Amino acid sequence: MMFNAPESQKMNTNAAPVAIADPKKVDLPTGFKTVRTPDPEPRPVRVHADDVCVFYGSKQALFDVSIDIPEKAVTAFIGPSGCGKSTFLRCLNRMNDTIEGARVEGKITLDGEDLYDPKLDVVELRARIGMVFQKPNPFPKTIFENVAYGPRIHGLARSKTDLEQIVVESLKKASLFNEVKDRLHEVGTGLSGGQQQRLCIARAIAVSPEVILMDEPCSALDPIATAKIEELIDELRANYTIVIVTHSMQQAARVSQRTAFFHLGILVEEGPTEMMFTSPAEKRTQDYITGRFG
Amino acid sequence: MTDITASSAASAPNRERIKASLRRRQAAETRFRAFGIGSVLIAVGFVVFLFSTILHDGLPAFWQPVVTVDVFFDPEIIEVDPKPEPLEGQSAAEFQRASLDWQRQVTMVNWNRIIQNSVAREAPDVELSAREIQALIESNERYRLRDMFVVSPGLLGSTVPLELLASANVDVWLKGDIDRSLGNDRQQLPEATRILADRFYEDGRIRMAFASTLFTNTDSRNAPAEAGLLGAFIGSLYMMLIVIVLAVPIGVASAIYLEEFAPKNKITDLIEVNINNLAAVPSIVFGLLGAAVFINYFQLPLSAPLVGGLVLTLMTLPTVIIATRAALRAVPPSLRQAALGLGASKSQAVFHHVLPVTYPGILTATIIGVAQAIGETAPLLLIGMNAFVTTLPTTPLDQSTALPVQIFLWEGNENRNYFEPKTAAAIIILLAVMLVLNAIAIILRSRFERRA
Ligand SMILES: Nc1ncnc2c1ncn2[C@@H]1O[C@H](COP(=O)(O)OP(=O)(O)OP(=O)(O)O)[C@@H](O)[C@H]1O
Ligand SMILES: [Mg+2]
Repeated sequence: MMFNAPESQKMNTNAAPVAIADPKKVDLPTGFKTVRTPDPEPRPVRVHADDVCVFYGSKQALFDVSIDIPEKAVTAFIGPSGCGKSTFLRCLNRMNDTIEGARVEGKITLDGEDLYDPKLDVVELRARIGMVFQKPNPFPKTIFENVAYGPRIHGLARSKTDLEQIVVESLKKASLFNEVKDRLHEVGTGLSGGQQQRLCIARAIAVSPEVILMDEPCSALDPIATAKIEELIDELRANYTIVIVTHSMQQAARVSQRTAFFHLGILVEEGPTEMMFTSPAEKRTQDYITGRFG
Repeated sequence: MTDITASSAASAPNRERIKASLRRRQAAETRFRAFGIGSVLIAVGFVVFLFSTILHDGLPAFWQPVVTVDVFFDPEIIEVDPKPEPLEGQSAAEFQRASLDWQRQVTMVNWNRIIQNSVAREAPDVELSAREIQALIESNERYRLRDMFVVSPGLLGSTVPLELLASANVDVWLKGDIDRSLGNDRQQLPEATRILADRFYEDGRIRMAFASTLFTNTDSRNAPAEAGLLGAFIGSLYMMLIVIVLAVPIGVASAIYLEEFAPKNKITDLIEVNINNLAAVPSIVFGLLGAAVFINYFQLPLSAPLVGGLVLTLMTLPTVIIATRAALRAVPPSLRQAALGLGASKSQAVFHHVLPVTYPGILTATIIGVAQAIGETAPLLLIGMNAFVTTLPTTPLDQSTALPVQIFLWEGNENRNYFEPKTAAAIIILLAVMLVLNAIAIILRSRFERRA
């Protein structure tokens, strides 16, 4: 994986629009500047991204994305399918490292620390920035083992009772405990889809990350399970920095404080959620939110 | 309203078309089903035919005739000193020497004479030459009498009813494996012996006993009725252990490395192509390689299960690697991501989560690979494992054969009448070993799957 790429590759990024899926549809101005609206009362910034470009092989998927992600708030990424939301989310905990042929350029920091510093240990980074995936993916092990795995590999529990406590706490935080307390030692894959997703959230919470990334966590869930998870996200906001990718405008409006709109690999606009949904500055944001394309 | 009528009018020919195609599709389905059932029946037919011929040929060889004889330990023939006892003032070495002297005397006794006389006493009314009687009994039985006497010299002068193994030719005669109507000059047994055998068989003096020697003895040429598979079995067992101990860890480790850790580039592509090609290399080539490398270069002994095991390991490795890689590739990436997303290192993700899911697949592949290796004959011929070995191998460096090689050797034995059923019996035993291995694979697999 390349970072701080040589000049020649940097140049590439400026020729960006040519590589985009359908350049005829939208004529992107070269050197497009994201429209930013700051919060009325600014929150401290946790994660800071600067001119992030991502390539899958020779194909560029993200163009110069810069964004500040505030602490103890929910930031929602919205945008049409294939615009690069997941790609950007994966940059934030370096899950793109695991994808064959993916290359990230630019700078991302967590509390001022460069995430792509070669000296930095991804293992530690991912303990600090947890992730919940689009499809629930519990381990084919017991519910208890699913949640206990993270704390165990990171050595977070000093004793067995300590570990049990972490597991119970995490399950409670993910509002799953009451449903599974009698079958902690049954396999996690035997739960319903919504329960599995909450199990994955509990699993992510168990390592007490500072930032939680969620990639369409409710896309496979029914409205009731979705409501439960939204509630949960709202509760978690008090202690965590949360980034959520969603296709549901209502969900973004309900749970997030800030919203970022991506389109064709470009961060078009970002600002306070309320403003984004009432009076977006960009016409494209307006069109997407009102369902005129996407 | 007009819309609806229009659309239903348009759908009428459509429905006709669907119906027509439906008939076609059903016909295709029926055809395919018939074809499938036909092929299954043909396959099953072949298997049934194979097994029934082998069982039909081989099962009788699990029983062999034994002759009940009242053996008289005749003091006139057994002329030996009393068995030495440890004397006072005699050193251990002296006693040892005395014992050996005595045993030598016992060996010199004409035990065949004892057998001949005892058998003759069973049929006093028939005139029999020593040779004719001797043809009835397996030649090695004399050693049994000798060994009995060494253990208990008190038998001298007494008569003991013993079941002596009948000779291979009697076995052939009684089971009808030779044409009984052939003339004297073409029979394996003298006429008098044939008559005696028939008579003993009728009055129950000869009975068919379970051929336990098949499982307790090694190969034998001068006493074919006693020839067994134990040596070959142990040789195969050693080779199997060597294959399991070497091929499984090396194969699984290389597969994990290639699939999960190695960078994808020209070199790993080349390695992959080579592994796939190795799996298709005829096994005899591995035998040549083994002969050149292990025997000529490393000077390892000929006919040793160690060399056989190494050759079979080379042969099994590609199978294990390919199967393990396939099993790893079948693990959904979401499982790896789940672990990595939690902050597990690459190897933690692989060893804690990915690998356990693949155990059933790896296990099945391994056992199939091992079963294949055990059934392999050709490469073993090139490293001298077709030697005639009558001793049990105590270490993997001792001379030995293997089950399939033993089958090959017996199949080529010149005493065809006797060894044909015996070969089939050996095949049954080899198949039984395979079945056991496969059963273990299935049991372990279902156990792992239940746990996962
Ligand atoms: N592993 C990959 N290899 C190659 N190209 C990829 C890969 N993952 C994503 N892409 C490409 O990158 C672009 C952005 O994909 P991404 O998954 O980030 O979109 P998304 O906004 O998350 O879409 P969705 O809402 O459908 O999940 C797409 O054009 C996609 O084809
Ligand atoms: Mg996505």
